[in-house]
Amino acid sequence: MENKSLITPAADEKARPRQLPAWVIVLAFVLLLAFLALIWWGLNRSQQGSVQINDSVPPFTLTGFDGKQYATKDLAGKVIVVNFWASWCDPCKQEAADLETAWQYYRPGGKVVFMGVDWVDTEPEARSYLSQFGISYLNGPDLRTAISQIFRIKGVPETYILDKTGHLKNVKIGPFSSLGEIRGMIDPLVN
Amino acid sequence: MKKWIILPALFLALVVALVALGSVSAQGAQPQAGPTPSDDQVNAVARDLYCPVCENIPLDVCPTQACAQWRDLIRQQLAAGKTKEEIQQYFALHYGDRVLSEPPRQGLNWLVYILPPLCFLGGVYLVVRVLRSARKAPPVPGTPSSALPPSDDPYVRRLEEELKKRN
Repeated sequence: MENKSLITPAADEKARPRQLPAWVIVLAFVLLLAFLALIWWGLNRSQQGSVQINDSVPPFTLTGFDGKQYATKDLAGKVIVVNFWASWCDPCKQEAADLETAWQYYRPGGKVVFMGVDWVDTEPEARSYLSQFGISYLNGPDLRTAISQIFRIKGVPETYILDKTGHLKNVKIGPFSSLGEIRGMIDPLVN
Repeated sequence: MKKWIILPALFLALVVALVALGSVSAQGAQPQAGPTPSDDQVNAVARDLYCPVCENIPLDVCPTQACAQWRDLIRQQLAAGKTKEEIQQYFALHYGDRVLSEPPRQGLNWLVYILPPLCFLGGVYLVVRVLRSARKAPPVPGTPSSALPPSDDPYVRRLEEELKKRN
């Protein structure tokens, strides 16, 4: 009997601290989950690897230094050599002449297209670089770094070679050491 | 009489020559750009830009050649009369939003600006609520709160009294 008089329901209820409304608790959890989902999405996106060998490369458009636009979807049926470079990149200069020689070799056949993508560069220096090495194939800036984000490049030079169906077949990280190395990657895709 | 005619004529010819010379000089100066901006002016713009090649290093202190070229580009644009905002727009357009020190206020980027203050306000609301409810907690009926030490819980105190009675 004494125990009953010790704690009355009313006293117990008043002594207990007031709880938050249910909607506040639910909202807090929803916000927390949304925040965690956002972090997961961001991390997942940033950790996605580059386009893998044999993957289909998403279509992209390069705006050339001549102001014209060149879309890869219009180049279906041709081997596409995508070379990332920059005027401030010394290793790019090692392969510049070989790439131009390779372009001159494949140009008459019309089965191979070279696309130079100028990465994080300034236009006057880029034009000067093209002029210095006599590069005549299609070149343009990587506007908003949209193309380099497709391939998730780590630096320059990097070269990606797509077959006639738009699938990635060869990747070269760093400069080509010789014309033979370039042809060794392209010839099997042309024939 | 001739002197009176010759002197004003000479004076007039001199004025015309000077005006013509000034006009030619002005025309010659027109195509020239403004004064070359100082390093401080360039760095004032560069410190709010980041080159993707050197992550997390502001453009004004980045030592690479790529960043030096970017600073030259800023200098050229300042000399051409562009404002800081116009130059930032140019860089964002050419190199992406990630070169900006602050993400532009659009799309999902708004979360960066909205979430922290919202979380802060939510936290303040929770703290205030908990503090207010702690202050308002009434004493247990029948127990004089003045008799209790300030740190004692009335419920515990009463429980102890009841246990003492039993002993």
